[in-house]
Amino acid sequence: MSVLNSLISGLSLGSVYAIIALGYTMVYGISKMLNFAHGDIIMVGAYVSFLLTNHAGMNAWISLLIAIATCTVLGIIIERLAYRPLRGTGSLAVLITAIGVSYFLQNAALLLWGADPRMFTSLFKGFKTIHAANGSLTITPESLFTIIANIIIMIALTLFVSKTKAGKAMRAVSEDNGAAQLMGINVNQSISLTFAIGSGLAAIAGVLMCSAYPVLMPTTGAMPGIKAFTAAVFGGIGSIPGAMVGGLILGIIEIFSRAYISSELADAIVFACLIIVLLIRPTGLLGKKINEKV
Amino acid sequence: MADRLKKSINAKGLKGAAKGSNQYKREAIISYGILIVGYILLQLGAATGLIGRNLQGQFVPICVYMSLAIALNLVVGLSGELSLGHAGFMAVGVFTGILVSRILEESISAGWLRLIIALIAAAFVASIAGFIIGIPILGLRGDYLAIVTLAFGEIVRNLMNVLYFGLDTNGRLRFAFNHTIEGVETSGRIITGAIGATGVDKTASFTSAALLTAFTLFVVLNLKNSKQGRAIMSIRDNRIAGESIGLNVRKYKLTAFVISAALAGMAGCMFGQNYSTMAPAKFNVNTSVLILVFVVLGGIGNIWGGMIAAALLTVLPEALRQFADYRMLTYAIVLIVVMICTYNPTIKARIAALAGKIRPKKKSSGKKTGKEAA
Amino acid sequence: MKLRKLVALAAVMAMTMALMAGCGGSGSSDSGDADGAGVLKIGGIGPSTGPAALYGLAVKNGGELAVKEINEANPDGLQLEWMWQDDEHDAEKSVNAYNKLVDDGMQILVGSVTTTPCTAVAAEAFENRTFALTPSASGPAVTEDNDNVFQLCFSDPNQGIASADYIKEHFADKTVGIIYNNADNYSSGIRDKFKSEYEDGGKKVTEATFTDETTDFKAQLNTMKDAGVDLLFLPIYYAPAANIMTQAAQIGYAPTYFGVDGMDGILGADGFDASLAEGVLLLTPFTPYSEDENIKEFVKKYEDAYGETPIQFAADAYDCVYAIYDAYQKTGLDADASMEDICEAMIKVFTGDFTASGLTAESMKWNEAGEVDKTPKVCIIQDGKYVEQ
Repeated sequence: MSVLNSLISGLSLGSVYAIIALGYTMVYGISKMLNFAHGDIIMVGAYVSFLLTNHAGMNAWISLLIAIATCTVLGIIIERLAYRPLRGTGSLAVLITAIGVSYFLQNAALLLWGADPRMFTSLFKGFKTIHAANGSLTITPESLFTIIANIIIMIALTLFVSKTKAGKAMRAVSEDNGAAQLMGINVNQSISLTFAIGSGLAAIAGVLMCSAYPVLMPTTGAMPGIKAFTAAVFGGIGSIPGAMVGGLILGIIEIFSRAYISSELADAIVFACLIIVLLIRPTGLLGKKINEKV
Repeated sequence: MADRLKKSINAKGLKGAAKGSNQYKREAIISYGILIVGYILLQLGAATGLIGRNLQGQFVPICVYMSLAIALNLVVGLSGELSLGHAGFMAVGVFTGILVSRILEESISAGWLRLIIALIAAAFVASIAGFIIGIPILGLRGDYLAIVTLAFGEIVRNLMNVLYFGLDTNGRLRFAFNHTIEGVETSGRIITGAIGATGVDKTASFTSAALLTAFTLFVVLNLKNSKQGRAIMSIRDNRIAGESIGLNVRKYKLTAFVISAALAGMAGCMFGQNYSTMAPAKFNVNTSVLILVFVVLGGIGNIWGGMIAAALLTVLPEALRQFADYRMLTYAIVLIVVMICTYNPTIKARIAALAGKIRPKKKSSGKKTGKEAA
Repeated sequence: MKLRKLVALAAVMAMTMALMAGCGGSGSSDSGDADGAGVLKIGGIGPSTGPAALYGLAVKNGGELAVKEINEANPDGLQLEWMWQDDEHDAEKSVNAYNKLVDDGMQILVGSVTTTPCTAVAAEAFENRTFALTPSASGPAVTEDNDNVFQLCFSDPNQGIASADYIKEHFADKTVGIIYNNADNYSSGIRDKFKSEYEDGGKKVTEATFTDETTDFKAQLNTMKDAGVDLLFLPIYYAPAANIMTQAAQIGYAPTYFGVDGMDGILGADGFDASLAEGVLLLTPFTPYSEDENIKEFVKKYEDAYGETPIQFAADAYDCVYAIYDAYQKTGLDADASMEDICEAMIKVFTGDFTASGLTAESMKWNEAGEVDKTPKVCIIQDGKYVEQ
């Protein structure tokens, strides 16, 4: 039974990684940049939701919506002010700027909200934990809803990019920026939209993550951000199903190595698996093969 | 085209190569110049009491970060690959250096000699680490290489968290994966997992650190100007063209990577010898990123630019101490603004225009002398 | 092109020089006109940014409050100045902060707050002869070989032994487990002593570890549950402890928790469901819910000034400043004595028959090694309050 319990924990943690990884992967797909500040947007989303619920007495679900809206706007602003001026100057310059933005968000949060860890109140407080098989199998509402949310988001996002006009435009821009522009697609708008969606998802991920693991601090988003980045590469960066697969596998590997091998080396094992996967499939599990032009 | 490329890599005395060697001379003069002038000024400042303890305490870290920036430039600038794992090599160097220095403590009393041996050992172990990680991954491209090096750095840090080293009662080095190492007493412990090393006998000094930076410069500049260096750069500029003239891409990239790792290990060793305690937690992604920031801010491939960026960004957080609570926020803003100002084409052009307004007088005089010379 | 680069280079060099001049200048001028008005400069170092900012800020505020109190209580007597520097919980930055404080004319040091940075600073302070009293760096490496460094908190080994003894005496029939942070000096230091002391009687403990990056504790908790652990010893800080308690409740596991001084603060944590901490035992020198008049007053002042309930670190810093103030009176030195003279005189006082009383203990005494002797109190959380056992 403990294997099943671990599997559920792994799927739940993996779902959080997957939702964050989606933001990474979409932004990478469209603007070829590693948005290192993405993890910190998670933190902002969680703080907004927490403060509104616990200090303004707002309904947790409404606060989630406001958090999504805040992060969406924040994502657009960051793209506009920090990343757009550097578009087309090579990925390194933007990478460093993204790191600057990450420092900025962490330190602004520290000044605004203080260093005291906040204990996030679960979004699913009213729901009961499911005990099965004589109590040896436990499924917490947090795990269950995180996994469900992940599946819904995945389906919705896949439909969005394949069926809607805006989604198709996003795909076109990520395929070939110049050609898309020639076809009359507003590249700026598409990129803004990508950042908006990615950041909105980050807010959801933040609330889901803090519901399951309640400690919220200005640095809360940093490590999950890096793990999710790993997950995105694992699955093949730029690929939406890849982010999901990568996130889930990563979460499961992490939980299983913690439970059965060593909790100190769990992260090392996760990263070692990443290296092995990339050796066998250099562009990740579901990544596209890069064709070289001569 | 391939033919011309081959010639420019191999031949000496050709026009292209001669131009390259002039550029090399200029770069070398500026780089060594910065180091020497900086060293003299800082020593003078310290001797006359003009420079306080705070800045004096940063002399060694500045040299270390300069060396790291130069070493990373070999990977990022010369071979055009992104590495986010240099803190891993640094950590390997730090702990190798501490171990070696501690083992030799009884037999060699001269600190400088122990430091040199420790540096060599650190370079050796770090280059092995670079080789092991380099062989499989250098087939990867761009951001994939970045994430793998990041993963490598994290693996090193996590491994260091569970590794324990100590000298047993016979003075032999032993290690274990948990707190109790067989035959090692508490006093014999050197590195204790996540807590790291404590009570390190510091052997680093400003002079030795500056010499290490000079050595790093020497290695990298010479490599850059060698046949191999030109091959590495030509692969960076056009890999397929490089392959077509028979360059062994992997071999050259691996060479650059291993040398860079060894140099980073030496810098790490110097860093570790400058503090009485070192914990693995220091060598996380943030430190790797910091080194990368030096390189990018200084201009990718620009050796002396990276050196200056390293020095400035090491001093900057200290200089911002007057901002108290807003210090790190200010640092973040400065970083973003500087990046945008150096890389945004429009702003760059404006700055150039501004500089041009100050400059025209000099420029015209320059032209005249040119004509006179002609 | 070439000229533009040279202009840039010149500008950069000029900036560097300006910065250097700035650093050097402020340093020499400050130590130069060492204030005649009888002001003793106390430096404080700790993480006021970064992941450990919580502890650094508490010390910063606690120390500041004590300094203000002392200065207001006796405007004609010895006045104190509180100079704080951030170290981001990093050894390198901590040494920089120390050097900066020395430049600024610091005479006595309170810090560093966290163990690894403090170990680095202690070595510098030892060479440079600065008297240091750390409020909270509890690792043995801090005071080892340094005659000038003293701790105001319990040392880690003492907490481990005291906890093990208490559990052996009062919970003889319980199965004991530990979850600790093995990437943390403090946590693994307590765990080492606890384990050897507890297993001395032939009993075994079940162990599980985590690191700073761990968020999911279900694997560890399931290990404990499967091993039938019904007393869980948590030698960790309160944030991960709250995480563990919440997740244990999620999977329906409810052991008795036993914590150490790092657990203090859990009740004040914003948003924490206090019912989860019901029945938690902890070993702590300070609780903000105490009925003691001095503590009540301190908590009120602190809340008024900083809008937060003080944690133990704040009380430790507060006591540090008072201990230094009292001890300094005994040295008979003037306020403008040199750092080196103060160091030797203070060492003499601290290793003599000097005792200090404060929020965290009555009549604390220090030994030659720099460790403090104070009795830990065991409290139990009942109805959202600490009750002394």
